[in-house]
Amino acid sequence: MQVLNTQVLIIGGGATGTGIARDLALRGIQCILVEQDDINAGASGANHGLLHSGARYVSSDPDSAKECREEAVLLKRLAANCIEDIGGLFVAVEGDDENYVADFSHLCARCNIPVLPLGVNEARELEPTLSEKLIAAYLVEDASIDPFKLSMENISQAQDLGCQLLCYNKVIGFDKQHKRIRTTRLQNKLTGEKFIIEAEQVINATGAWAAKVAGLAGITIHILYSQGSLLITHSRLTERIVNRLRPSSNADILVPGGTVSILGTTSIRIDDPDDVYPTVEEVDSIVNEAAAMIPALETIRYIRAFAGVRPLVSSQSSGDDRSVSRGFALLDHSEEGLENFITISGGKLTTYRLMAEKTSDLISIRLGVSAPCLTRTEPLPESPSVQWSEPALAPKLWLKHHEPEDILLCECEMVPKSTVDAIMDSIRKQHGQPTLQAIGLRSRIGKGPCQGTFCGPRTTTYMYDKGELPLDRCLPGLREFLRKRWKGQHPILWDRQLIQAEILEAMHCGLFGLELGA
Amino acid sequence: MIDSDVITCDLTVIGAGMAGMAAAVFAADTGLSIVQIGGDSEIGFASGLFDLLGIYPVNDRRQWNDPWAGIESLIRDHSQHPYARLKTEDIQTAFQILLSFLGDGGLPYSRHLNRNVTIMTPMGTLKTTYCVPQTMWSGVEALDKKPSCLFLDIKGLKGFSARLLAARLHDNWPKLRTARISFPGTGAWGEVHPEHLANALIIKQNRKKLAKKILPHVKDARIVGLPAVLGLYQAQKVVAHLTELIGVPVFEIPTMPPSIPGLRLKEVFERGLREKRPHYFTKKRVLEISQRSGDMFEVNIGNQTKGRTILSKGVILATGRFIGGGLHADRRRIRETILDLPVHQPGSRNKWHREDFLDPRGHLVNQAGLEIDDAFRPLDKNGRPAFSSLFAAGSILAHQDWKRTKSGVGIAVATAFGAVKSFVHLCR
Repeated sequence: MQVLNTQVLIIGGGATGTGIARDLALRGIQCILVEQDDINAGASGANHGLLHSGARYVSSDPDSAKECREEAVLLKRLAANCIEDIGGLFVAVEGDDENYVADFSHLCARCNIPVLPLGVNEARELEPTLSEKLIAAYLVEDASIDPFKLSMENISQAQDLGCQLLCYNKVIGFDKQHKRIRTTRLQNKLTGEKFIIEAEQVINATGAWAAKVAGLAGITIHILYSQGSLLITHSRLTERIVNRLRPSSNADILVPGGTVSILGTTSIRIDDPDDVYPTVEEVDSIVNEAAAMIPALETIRYIRAFAGVRPLVSSQSSGDDRSVSRGFALLDHSEEGLENFITISGGKLTTYRLMAEKTSDLISIRLGVSAPCLTRTEPLPESPSVQWSEPALAPKLWLKHHEPEDILLCECEMVPKSTVDAIMDSIRKQHGQPTLQAIGLRSRIGKGPCQGTFCGPRTTTYMYDKGELPLDRCLPGLREFLRKRWKGQHPILWDRQLIQAEILEAMHCGLFGLELGA
Repeated sequence: MIDSDVITCDLTVIGAGMAGMAAAVFAADTGLSIVQIGGDSEIGFASGLFDLLGIYPVNDRRQWNDPWAGIESLIRDHSQHPYARLKTEDIQTAFQILLSFLGDGGLPYSRHLNRNVTIMTPMGTLKTTYCVPQTMWSGVEALDKKPSCLFLDIKGLKGFSARLLAARLHDNWPKLRTARISFPGTGAWGEVHPEHLANALIIKQNRKKLAKKILPHVKDARIVGLPAVLGLYQAQKVVAHLTELIGVPVFEIPTMPPSIPGLRLKEVFERGLREKRPHYFTKKRVLEISQRSGDMFEVNIGNQTKGRTILSKGVILATGRFIGGGLHADRRRIRETILDLPVHQPGSRNKWHREDFLDPRGHLVNQAGLEIDDAFRPLDKNGRPAFSSLFAAGSILAHQDWKRTKSGVGIAVATAFGAVKSFVHLCR
């Protein structure tokens, strides 16, 4: 069996894990990052993509609010290429709690969060889709952030500095000796191959999977799983982020990005982080609630829904999960008898860097490394191979100039062959295997209105012809891709998306018979 | 009202998909005067393959070699299935009439009378179907006999890989080879579109150029398969000519929709019906239908404002499902779009679809649609015919899942026949 050696093993390829990889790499610490799925497959890839100004937490959690504020200011400067500084509004409509509205600017001031009160008409001039029933509006310094690009750029720089990334590799067990994890056992999910990693320190940065992974090491962590679902609209409704000015509740936030908007969320307690999918009830609740803020949300076309799991590391078991502190948990497991194992969980996308810093500080102390954290001062370098998730980038480049042979595989989002080639190339460089799923994650393929109906088979045949996809991964890969897309489609299938679903099934079941297997 | 704005006829057919077109063919065949209304239908999305019944029960994935036995089994279990309202002889007659209409129009189809066939799909899966364009028939036979064979694909034609197809079939068909050719005259193009290729091949000279490109690859192949782009119309002439030029039989392999065989169907229907059905409105939609005294229907059509009025003894609703626009869904319920007829449907939206796209049981929304009596008349909320001479045909009907049972064209054609027959019986 293959044995890999490293100073630090990071488990989990979300924002926190990739952030830690970069932080450690910048301190000159050698590390391997393993991920059971792909980059941002968990909550890091299933959120609004909102860089909080902090204003949302001023009432429920002032410490988190301040943390958000500080980190957001830092990231706008250091990770500007992942951020669109579009600003945000907090708005209340008739029927919302007027006491909450009245306290808002005072609470913001206490946390040093800048807010600018607007007249109702002024706000509606800025954002004409806002409800006529607006009673209050404030301008805040929210921004949108591309979580995928963020994680990819973190891991890219880490890789440039020697970190090794191993996607689709799942931890299946630990071997302990003398109060330490001696080896971590892994299995490749694509090939079934097993191998082990020997590391001086092991970091469990698996978010909602933290309890499962810690459990493999015999450590019990109490985590609550709160599912949050979000919707993607077919078109962009606002210039700015719009937050509902009320205590956190369903469908409070609309984040525009590129040509779409993301609307959410919900909060539903679930038992298993692997069992997460958006439901019809959640979608209806989001649409009904959000339409009070922006009436067009009642009639607009939705492209898909998605859900993520908030890991809430807490003993508290009652009340709204959103009222539990969003502050993160850094758990040193020495007390439970494992001296080289720590867990980092909870937190928010906005504070991912801080979480990575605190974790890396602890690791550095344990390793006796005195190099300081550099992510607080060093800008996050842009990596050319991770740009393809950005909406409208592929079409922009393609329209500007393309070789005649460089035809579009995805017509909805205008993704040409060359983009798929570039992605396959970068996956190979990261020692990964290009799959349709992985291409979809790294590009806009499957994300347009057709949701993979046409681009799925086209990209499959293209990848096969290029020799990049083995025969036994073609149809299984297409099925898996369509099934994953479907999870986000089935709760929003009415009107035009239902027509799309009918075309999808007519082709993939009626003609190809994909449901028949073999 | 100006007289010329009113057209009187026996039967108004609403819809121009497979069911609407078949209804028009059957009605014209009976000598009825008809008016047809229907915009751009989904027929261009059709694969060109005519399924009758391939799989039943879907949950068991049971494939039927004999479609008639399959239908018998299905209607034994489901007395509300549209097939249950038809005699086997009627379905057979319907196919006979339709196939001879298409054959006369230059689009012959091939089948075994009482046996399904297997055909390769563009993803390399094998599909059970009933009746295929004659230009694909040699492929059906080759799949069975597995002679030395060459699959060709065309540079720049996306979604079609001869290599993938052959690799999927290779274990049972070792004498299968592939090659990629560039289509004559498209050297400088990146992407080639099926319509361009199909159009180009109508010209003899282009077929000769194509044959020249194919010839060096033929070698020991006894038969050559190409994607189904061999002529926008008169395809069997194009195939015969290529066969002559190459020296071995040439056949077509289905492609991803929108497909050329679908466009050929549209063209043949429109051309073949032109004289028998002088009034065909493709740019207008139905604004209102009402039944006057004396059982005459008044159908008002137009765009925003009323354009024409059609007076007819009967109406056939063949408006399709969601793609065709016969049904529409908002977040709360599914409606029939022209008359707001009651739609059989699952209680709430969370029951419309399964969580797994490929759930072998199929999605319940596909069983939604219009409920009918034995004469194909949609029912009102009391379970009685909504109108004495309003009929429904095709995919808008409830209690069927054509995509999973592989019976789309079969249901369209058979129910169109049933609806026309009932009209004749009840109204003439």
